[in-house]
Parts: sequence; C-alpha cells; structure tokens
Amino acid sequence: MKLLKLQRTMSRAVMQPLTADERSQRTAPDGSAMRAYASRFIKPNDRLTSVERLEIYNRQYWFRLLSSMAEDFPGLRSVLGEKRFDAMCKAYLVDCPSTSFTLRNLGSKLESWLRKHPNWGGEKQDLALDIVRLEWADIEVFDGAAEPPLQPRDLAGVPGESVRLKLQPYVRLLSFRYPVDDLLLAVRKEDEDTDFASNAFQEKRKRKRVQAVAKFKPAPIFLVVHRVDFSVYFRRVTAEEFAILTALRDGQSLGRAIELSFTKSKLIESERAALIQQWFQNWATLGWFCRPHKNAAKKAARG
Amino acid sequence: MPGNRFNGFTDYGIGIGLRSPHYDHILSRKPLVDWFEIISENFMIDGGRPLQILDQILEQYKVVQHGVSMYFGSAEKPNREHLRRLKELVKRTKTPWVSDHLCWGSVDGRYTHDLLPMPYTFEAAELTAQKVREVRDFLEVPVAVENVSSYAEFHVSEMSEWEFLNEVVERADCGILLDVNNIYVSSQNHSFDPMTYVNSVPAERVAQIHIAGHSKYRKYILDTHDHPVIDPVWKLYERAVQRAGHTATLLEWDDSIPSFKEVHDEALKANKFLASTLLATAV
Repeated sequence: MKLLKLQRTMSRAVMQPLTADERSQRTAPDGSAMRAYASRFIKPNDRLTSVERLEIYNRQYWFRLLSSMAEDFPGLRSVLGEKRFDAMCKAYLVDCPSTSFTLRNLGSKLESWLRKHPNWGGEKQDLALDIVRLEWADIEVFDGAAEPPLQPRDLAGVPGESVRLKLQPYVRLLSFRYPVDDLLLAVRKEDEDTDFASNAFQEKRKRKRVQAVAKFKPAPIFLVVHRVDFSVYFRRVTAEEFAILTALRDGQSLGRAIELSFTKSKLIESERAALIQQWFQNWATLGWFCRPHKNAAKKAARG
Repeated sequence: MPGNRFNGFTDYGIGIGLRSPHYDHILSRKPLVDWFEIISENFMIDGGRPLQILDQILEQYKVVQHGVSMYFGSAEKPNREHLRRLKELVKRTKTPWVSDHLCWGSVDGRYTHDLLPMPYTFEAAELTAQKVREVRDFLEVPVAVENVSSYAEFHVSEMSEWEFLNEVVERADCGILLDVNNIYVSSQNHSFDPMTYVNSVPAERVAQIHIAGHSKYRKYILDTHDHPVIDPVWKLYERAVQRAGHTATLLEWDDSIPSFKEVHDEALKANKFLASTLLATAV
C-alpha cells in the first residue's frame, strides 16, 4: 500500500465517530467490517488485534478533540447540557474536521455550522448562537494582534471631523439578543468553584445551572470584547456607542460616525456632546484605538 | 562532545518544558534553569498574553522550539501558513534548532492532531527526508526529528523503526531528537529490545534528548507525560549519553503537572548521567 493510500485509509478510521460506549464502530468507513478493514494494513501482536491497535488512535482522536471543544465552549455546553453538547460536537467535527495545524482554530466554523443545523439549539437556538459568538470572540481577542496605541501627536494637524480612528485589531464589537456576558462569567465562576467541590455538590450545581439557563430571558445588549493588560474583558456599551465604534471600525470619519450613530437616538441633544466626550475618553483610556497607517493620516489631513 | 551542527554547536544542559501552570513561579522567582522548551504551535499567534509571557521568558532564559504538527511524514506538502508563522517565531526566539516528530497526522488538508506512526518503507523515508530538507531550508535553522511512541505497526513496513529513523536522517542530513521514553514505550508495545534501538542511532546526529514518564495499561503503554521517569528509561538515557556525549536534555511533563520544583528536580536527575560523560571526556 502506497503512503498516501495508507494515510487516507487510516485517517478515515481514526476520524470515524466512536460508539456510545466509546469504542470503535464495528463497520468501517467503506462499509466493510472494521476488523477486516484494520487487518488490511495494521499488524496484530501477541496482545492486541489489528482493530484494537487502531482503536487506540480512534479513541485518542475523539478524546482530544472533544476535550478541546469543551474547554473552548463551556458556555454553549451549559446552554445545551453536557450530553447534547458532546453529541453536537461529534456531528460538527464530522462535518468540519480540523483544517488547521492548531487546535485553537477547531471551533472557528461552529457558529456558521450551528446556524445551518438549528436542530441542535432547538428552542434555545438564539441563545446558543449568541453564546458561541461570544466564546469565539473571546478566543480571537485573547491572542489577536495589537498595533501601537494612538498618541495625541498622531492626530496633530488633522481637522477633527475628518479624522479616521482605527480600532485595535483585537477589539470585537458584538450585539446579542441575550445577556450572554453574564451567563459566561457565571459558568466560568462555577467551573472554578467546581474544582474544589464534592461530587454531590457538583450534581446539585449542575441541576441549578440547567434551571438557570432555562429561565434565561432575552435582553438585547451591545458588547465590546477587548483586552486590558493581556486579559480579556467584556464591556457593555449603549446603542449609540456601539454605532459610533462600528462606523469607525468600518472606516467612516469621526464626524460621519457620530452623525450616523444618533440618527435613531433618543438621547437628549443638549447632553450628547458631553456624552461623546466621555465615551471617547473611556475608549482611549482602554487603549481601543491604534495609530492610523501613515497614508491614511496624510489623506485625512488633506481632507 | 559539546555540541554539533544539528543543535547549532550549542552546549545546553538540562531543560524543562515551559507550561502555563508554572508561568507565575518562573516570572516571579526566576529559578535557575538551563533552558526551556516551548511547544511552537502555542506561540504561533498574532499577539496577546502568550507572546507577552514568551518575551519575558526570552529576556531571562534560553528557549528551544519543539513542534507537534509539522507532520514530516504526511504525504502532502508542508502547510505554507504553518511555515510562515513558524519562521516568525524562530526569529523571535532565536532558537538554535527546531524539532518536530517523525510521524504523520494530516491528510488531504485534514488534521488529526495526533502523532500517527509511519510505515517504515523506503518510499516514506524519501518523502519524509524531502520534507525535512524543505522545512530546514525555509526556516534556515537546523532541524531535528523525534522518534514517537507508537501503538500500531504496518504490514507494508520494510525495516525496523531505528533503521527507518537512520534512513530519514541520512537522506535529509538532519539531527535527531532522541526520546528515550518513546523508545521504551514502543519497545513494550512492539516487543523489541530498546537498547538495540539506542545502540543503532547515529550518535553524532543526536541534537537533543527527551525524557518523560508514561502510563501502563493491561495490554499496552501510553505515552502520557504525566509521571516521573522510570528506571528502565533512565538506563536508556544513560546509554544514550554514553554514546552521544553531553547532550541537551529535556524532561516533558504535560498532564497532571506538579509544582515547578518537582518537575525541575525530576529533570535534574539527569545530571548524574551527564556528569559521567564529562568525566569520561576529561579522562
């Protein structure tokens, strides 16, 4: 058997889902008996048959990937429940096997996949989609690129309204139907506490969590996922703040971004200037703006 | 033998794997450690805390890169994005050599994230060697390939594992990261004499040695890196350094990670064997 053929044959078996009791399936990917399939390319030894040797790799594959998914998406796990989450992950990984050299990217297609498979979320589909988006943003923000922060001198000579501010590449702006930031923080807190809890106490906690998720009500929020001192934080913002930041991210000038953000605003006009000033002060303090590219700055200066 | 062309003529001593549970201890206490080995993939990212920690470590310590997903033995071309990011990291760490495993793990662009065993054939040896050369030429640093623990053997194999390792490193003209724990694990799983393996390795190509613990099951042994090194593995290590000389040595402990001190103390047991190589050189 040539190398490529052998690797295709083995990887198909290794990536085939396990049975409910975490064993290799009896039927191989090509429809033949798994015993016969394995014995075509793997030698038995005095302790293990060919299929038992193959099964070691089959199990390792699924244990490793499911553990990685559980680590990356504890919030979704809490929303769906452990059994349903595990079953969903298996279905997802069959449809979207890893195509990256790093497990960090394993969940990169989960949101779009879940959107196409609403049966997994069921009645909680909106909540499931919200929490997946937040958890994936959390991963991206954690190790996303940062550029040099904006300095006052970077804006010297540029007329205020035509300034184009650039957000740090790691900053994510997200709107949700549910207050999933609270949910995820609560799940993490529980997981931390669970490390020190007894089994009985953990079971009680699990039941309480299921009840809490079932009662979780929609309440739209606007969230900025960002970093301070290399730790990821969630910061809720108003609809107007969110609109300004989104417009800036999309390349609008400062003047235009502010104009767009207040088109549907109910904020009292006389209070807007002070609010805007406060918001920008907060965002600058949090380091959300980075230095514009040289060409962009020159273009803005020319108007 | 203070160093060789496969480890950049360095004379590194005993290192341990840089793992997140030890970050605080290392950065606050600054313990004396000869060097740290990092898993390259954990730092092949755009920014954030992992790179900040790495930069702080680099200010104080020597770092060597060890990869887990280059898959020299996969029958497909190296992933260009992987290579690009790896080279960026090589520039950052100034690692004297890079290592990865003599195994495969991806096919048709799909990754298993496992270290799957090679069929020991001449076709596989040539293809693997070609890929090692390509990676080395791109990265512009010496490359060492590591023997893996395995749980399966193939009908198509035309030689023993150590013969295959020799075929690959000779054809690629590369170094070896000799994992004596992996030799022990595979010897138990495939019933061969591990000392024959150690004695068959071209000693002049050994750039680095790995030691580790494993888990024993009823019918096989798993390479779990979650226990201290056992005596039979120390014996293999002793023989390896007798042959290769004073070689950079690294203890791997990746699961159920104990305190920094416990891991480092376990690694430092290698000193007993390394010291005898220095004595032999002096005599």
